[in-house]
Amino acid sequence: MTGSDAAVAPSAERRTAGGVLRRLAGSPMLGRPGRGFTLARHLAVAVVGLAVMWYLTDHVEAFYDFQIATIAAYLCVVAGLTVLTGLNGQVSLGHSALMAVGAYTVGLLLSKFNDHNVRAQWTVPLALALGVLTTSVAGGVIGLAAARLRGPYLAGLTLAIVVVVPSIATQFGSLFHGDQGVPVPAPPAPTSLGQFFPQEEWDAWIALAAAGLTLFFLANLVHGRVGRNLRAVRDHEVAAQLAGINVARTQVTAFVVSAACAGLGGGVIAVINQSASPDSFALTLSLYLLLAIVLGGLGSLYGAIWGSIAIVWLPYLTNKVMNGLTLSAAEAAKLRGNVPLAIFGLALVIIAIAAPGGIQGLLRRAGRWARARFASRVPQPPSSTGRRPETSPPHGGATHRQAAGPEGLPPTTPSAPTSEVTT
Amino acid sequence: MERFVFLTVDGLAHGAIYAAFALALVLIWRGTRVVNFAQGAMAVVSAYIAYSVASASGSYWVGAIAAIVSGLLLGVLVERGVMRFVAHTAPLSAIVVALGVSLLIAAIIGILYGVDQRPFPVPFSRTPYTIGSYAVFSPFTLFTFGVVAVVVIGIGLLFTRTSVGLRMRASAFAPETARLLGVNVSRVLTVGWALAAVVGAVASLLIIPTAFLQPNAMDLVFVTAFTAAVIGGLDSPVGAVVGGLVVGLLLSYVSGYLGSNVTSIGVLVLLVAVLLLRPGGLFTMRQARRV
Repeated sequence: MTGSDAAVAPSAERRTAGGVLRRLAGSPMLGRPGRGFTLARHLAVAVVGLAVMWYLTDHVEAFYDFQIATIAAYLCVVAGLTVLTGLNGQVSLGHSALMAVGAYTVGLLLSKFNDHNVRAQWTVPLALALGVLTTSVAGGVIGLAAARLRGPYLAGLTLAIVVVVPSIATQFGSLFHGDQGVPVPAPPAPTSLGQFFPQEEWDAWIALAAAGLTLFFLANLVHGRVGRNLRAVRDHEVAAQLAGINVARTQVTAFVVSAACAGLGGGVIAVINQSASPDSFALTLSLYLLLAIVLGGLGSLYGAIWGSIAIVWLPYLTNKVMNGLTLSAAEAAKLRGNVPLAIFGLALVIIAIAAPGGIQGLLRRAGRWARARFASRVPQPPSSTGRRPETSPPHGGATHRQAAGPEGLPPTTPSAPTSEVTT
Repeated sequence: MERFVFLTVDGLAHGAIYAAFALALVLIWRGTRVVNFAQGAMAVVSAYIAYSVASASGSYWVGAIAAIVSGLLLGVLVERGVMRFVAHTAPLSAIVVALGVSLLIAAIIGILYGVDQRPFPVPFSRTPYTIGSYAVFSPFTLFTFGVVAVVVIGIGLLFTRTSVGLRMRASAFAPETARLLGVNVSRVLTVGWALAAVVGAVASLLIIPTAFLQPNAMDLVFVTAFTAAVIGGLDSPVGAVVGGLVVGLLLSYVSGYLGSNVTSIGVLVLLVAVLLLRPGGLFTMRQARRV
């Protein structure tokens, strides 16, 4: 397949059997020269990102630390969901229930430790790891059922699972304490950091470590064989089967991975909030998670970052703006909560219709435009840093690519421009 | 026994409303392959309009007519204004747009009316008749059964006996062929959405009086009706009605005998059991070819 083919009808091509087979055959992941460096590159990005965030958390007020912690915790879940929905095409409305599984596991374990007077720092990672394990098992069970279901049937099943969470919390009240939820007595920040070290900053570090780990793991996963299988199954099940991919196993794998991320995110939320209750994992949260992946850009891990920031900051910012207005108490009560909801709804409709790539898609388009401008002015920018050729546009016209394509590079593998590797 | 009769009648009454709502979902799914996640929010809009008009005019029936007309307009508005522009390549985009519409509607209602619960008017008493010592059904329950029966039979006749229904079935079954044969498929889709929104509005008029009117009054109804539609098979109107009644009965028995906090677990168990045996729902047709 040539580059111009892809430019004409990339999405149509993507969803035909032939297109998938060709993509599998000429997959850029196999023949790319820089493949050995993927791991190192992801590690470098993760380390730099965490270093920046460490500096940031150290220099902002405790309140913003709390927000950063919340964003990082949601990021774990959103990244997992974007892999499941964006790369594998399975729509789950049940991720808040999976988060609840992680949160309750962590809460019950930490309570047990606390009862036995074990308050060391290692209890938190241990509890989180066990929370991830429990949630993975739960995700595996749901995934087995999900592999038989398609589209709205899967959405219906996961919807019913979310609605069940409060019932289970009430029904097994002696363990889960009903609507009230369980306390999560995480040990306070270590004293070696100083007596007045803010707890919020410590929480932010825990959450950021979890998010960094999740993103690093997922980035490697989606760039490898597993990721290619996920996309192949999404695009055309029969073609993927013909290519020797076990469709059901791939779908269950996607669900387990995604559930593990949700469990980690839920556990971290529980640690930050010091409690886990059914209210915090209601259906609304599942909808917000879907919102986040769509706003950020479906299937993109960077998009997951923008989406997580959006779902935490948008309500905060609108409330801040409204606090600046002078409103009567009744008006304020009506507007509070509803204005962010309206903005979300509107943004969702507009983005899903006008910019299906989400924020990350817009950023990518802007970057491409900037590069094209830059390249046309300075006719010699071929850098030898191993920049991957796939950054050339899947949707852009041929003229675009000619302008962007540095003359210095030899013609790369023809299938490269159609690849959908998104990080 | 007394309790069993009461629970059965109550379950069937709720089930009939779920059936109507599930039927509205099925109508849209058959025509456009979209699960209308905004159905609940759209129905709530009609309920609020009914509430306002009924309070202003003092007549329940004027309010009900306003609700039906508003449902019609809202269906056309949402289809022509938003859903029409959704690309049908990814299954998620339609779900997401519908969710966006429903968030927007809920927010607007919240801003206009606030979140407080309001009692919703009923045309007939909700005090049950007693036969001997049995409290069986109220006039309102009878009214519910009557209205749902009219809606279901009306839709059935519309689909099988009228040319509009024939066009709708043709557009759902083979849009391209229907277009070649002179059916205005795009207009048929709009009619389908309007019809579904009207059915949703009627369902909201019947179910909201059993609780209170509030911006998210239909959320749980939507979830239950969606479950019912999935159990019955999203392609089958008969399945929607049967699924609705079964789910209504199950909810009533489970909450009556085992306690109200296990009802959703009961629904989940039923859903899992049905979907594991028949992944396409009870009344689905066998899929012959997937390529």
